[in-house]
Amino acid sequence: MAEVLVLVDQVDGAVRKSTTELLTAARALGEPAAVWVGPGISDAAIATLCEFGAVKVYVAGDDELAKHPVAPAAEVLAQLVGEVTPAAVLVPSTADGKETAGRLAVKVGSGIITDAVAVAADGDRIVATQSVFGGSTIVHSTVTHGVPIITVRGNAVAPEAAPASPARVDVTVALSDAAKKATITGHTAAVKGGRPQLTEAQVVVSGGRGVGSADGFGVIEALADSLGAAVGASRAATDAGWYPHQFQVGQTGKTVSPQLYIANGISGAIQHRAGMQTSKTIVVVNKDPEAPIFELADYGVVGDLFTVVPQLTEEIGKRSN
Amino acid sequence: MKIAVCVKQVPDTWAEKKLREGDALLDRESADGVMNELDEYAVEEALQLIEAHGGEVVIVSMGPDRAAETVRKALSMGADAGIHVVDDSLAGSDAIATSAVIAKAVEGKDFDLVIFGSESTDARMSVVPAMVAERLGWAQVTFAQKVEVAGGDITIERATENGSDTVTAAMPAVVSVVEKINEPRYPSFKGIMAAKKKPVDTIAVADLGLEAAAVGTGAAWSAVNDFAARPPKAAGTVVTDEGDGGVKVATFLAEQKFI
Ligand SMILES: Cc1cc2nc3c(=O)[nH]c(=O)nc-3n(C[C@H](O)[C@H](O)[C@H](O)COP(=O)(O)OP(=O)(O)OC[C@H]3O[C@@H](n4cnc5c(N)ncnc54)[C@H](O)[C@@H]3O)c2cc1C
Ligand SMILES: Cc1cc2nc3c(=O)[nH]c(=O)nc-3n(C[C@H](O)[C@H](O)[C@H](O)COP(=O)(O)OP(=O)(O)OC[C@H]3O[C@@H](n4cnc5c(N)ncnc54)[C@H](O)[C@@H]3O)c2cc1C
Repeated sequence: MAEVLVLVDQVDGAVRKSTTELLTAARALGEPAAVWVGPGISDAAIATLCEFGAVKVYVAGDDELAKHPVAPAAEVLAQLVGEVTPAAVLVPSTADGKETAGRLAVKVGSGIITDAVAVAADGDRIVATQSVFGGSTIVHSTVTHGVPIITVRGNAVAPEAAPASPARVDVTVALSDAAKKATITGHTAAVKGGRPQLTEAQVVVSGGRGVGSADGFGVIEALADSLGAAVGASRAATDAGWYPHQFQVGQTGKTVSPQLYIANGISGAIQHRAGMQTSKTIVVVNKDPEAPIFELADYGVVGDLFTVVPQLTEEIGKRSN
Repeated sequence: MKIAVCVKQVPDTWAEKKLREGDALLDRESADGVMNELDEYAVEEALQLIEAHGGEVVIVSMGPDRAAETVRKALSMGADAGIHVVDDSLAGSDAIATSAVIAKAVEGKDFDLVIFGSESTDARMSVVPAMVAERLGWAQVTFAQKVEVAGGDITIERATENGSDTVTAAMPAVVSVVEKINEPRYPSFKGIMAAKKKPVDTIAVADLGLEAAAVGTGAAWSAVNDFAARPPKAAGTVVTDEGDGGVKVATFLAEQKFI
């Protein structure tokens, strides 16, 4: 069976959940081989990759690779594509992932499909499912030239363990001059909370302009914590400085697709919908019965979030005791 | 400085978007065409840079005849000139071909920067800027929420999954911007009048030294096998809070096994 290269997404050396999803998806197409780019791979990281079925872990561990954005990962993948002729390359649909996939496609002369929500083998071709136009249209597409390069959306594939014992293969890549032209000179870390990552969470509780202030987000966070959820925000709320930018959901924020999305004091602008429309179940709390977000609601309450949300939090507390 | 800004005409943000039966291409006729929202931010950033450093802004767009309106809109915001690549052979181009056309259109023209939006609202791939950087061999400084230019270098703040990175490069460079970067201006009446007299170079694929066979549906390296409208979601339940709204939501969540 041919290998399927999976680009590992990691934060500070920890494998992100999206990688376990990609490894799960890759198993339907061939033998998953994880590709780690940059320094800092740990035994724990290898153990996670192994738990989700990686039969090989390619490690390009040179410090230099982490000093430049995007291009180094594309060059590592391009070299491996040349060496192992994989059945496909799967990359997470993050900003970095998509750009890496784009550069790789140009380098190796392959077609590219972005934002797949599923991948399947159909005879000798690979069919990707895309959910486009805010989830209103489902498209099946295939790369018809070169090694299929497919970016896969987070939270679209349920990760399933399938322990393998991977062989570590160290890879040395001589970066091109072009890849070194942009240099990362600093990093500002997002504030970390004890909550799940927004794009990985099964439940997301979001607040918008209706929350009214930074303090107002207290009621949103309390509800989130009662459900073990991540907190999201509309652009109106992040622009006002009530909640940090990296929690913005929408076209220019994060795309989330949780099992449950609770929108509080959010009107449902098209740019917000673009980031949450594919959530499985949507609950809305808004005092305006005409707010367009109600069009998406599986369950909606027309009311003041400052009475409805605390009552909901309290009720969840009661019921889970 | 000489800056190119790439703008894409897309269906109106609020319009319902559909694929056409038959060729599975986006039905661009049934909705008004507008400038991709994020590209307005790209135009604004370019205008602010030349206001600070001097120079000119050239708009580049690939699209059917009516994309000329989008080029004109950018000129009315204050850009100096336009390049509009129009060719029947371009219909159905994939991202690979689009990036090839844009790279050819900006290559060898002494641009210091090529600025893009970070994503289109129709296909939403977020790949074209990185592909163009790869093709040109220029520095890629994308997803910028802040841009500074000094002494031949560009420094940006790149929005990332976990915060932001500061990224520096010598120009020429390929930039893409996110919406936090600025607030795009509206064209003034004077700007609209002035735009009518600004030069727009309308060119075909052959003028770029590319073969017609290298672009369009026939040359695409990915293909749509089939598509279908997602069955509309069953209308949900909406209740008005009568003092028990929170309890009612909890009951719904319990029924759905969330609690
Ligand atoms: C290029 C571009 C990119 C964008 N990207 C994004 C993006 O990524 N994400 C995003 O969210 N937006 C984005 N936007 C902005 C978007 O267009 C909207 O402006 C924004 O989503 C509005 O946020 P909101 O719903 O919180 O605010 P509003 O539209 O002002 O809605 C507030 C809602 O709260 C309700 N409300 C008020 N008080 C209460 C109360 N006490 N209880 C209950 N309900 C209450 C009101 O009835 C109203 O419906 C983008 C815009 C542009 C132009
Ligand atoms: C629903 C749908 C799905 C698609 N899926 C795929 C796919 O999986 N694979 C594939 O290869 N193609 C796909 N396409 C084709 C794709 O739309 C075009 O190739 C497009 O030119 C590039 O994608 P984008 O608009 O998403 O660009 P993005 O990379 O999101 O655009 C970023 C920026 O590039 C610039 N730009 C983009 N296009 C132009 C242009 N024509 N003129 C000037 N500047 C431009 C703008 O500044 C824009 O803000 C799809 C199209 C549709 C409608």
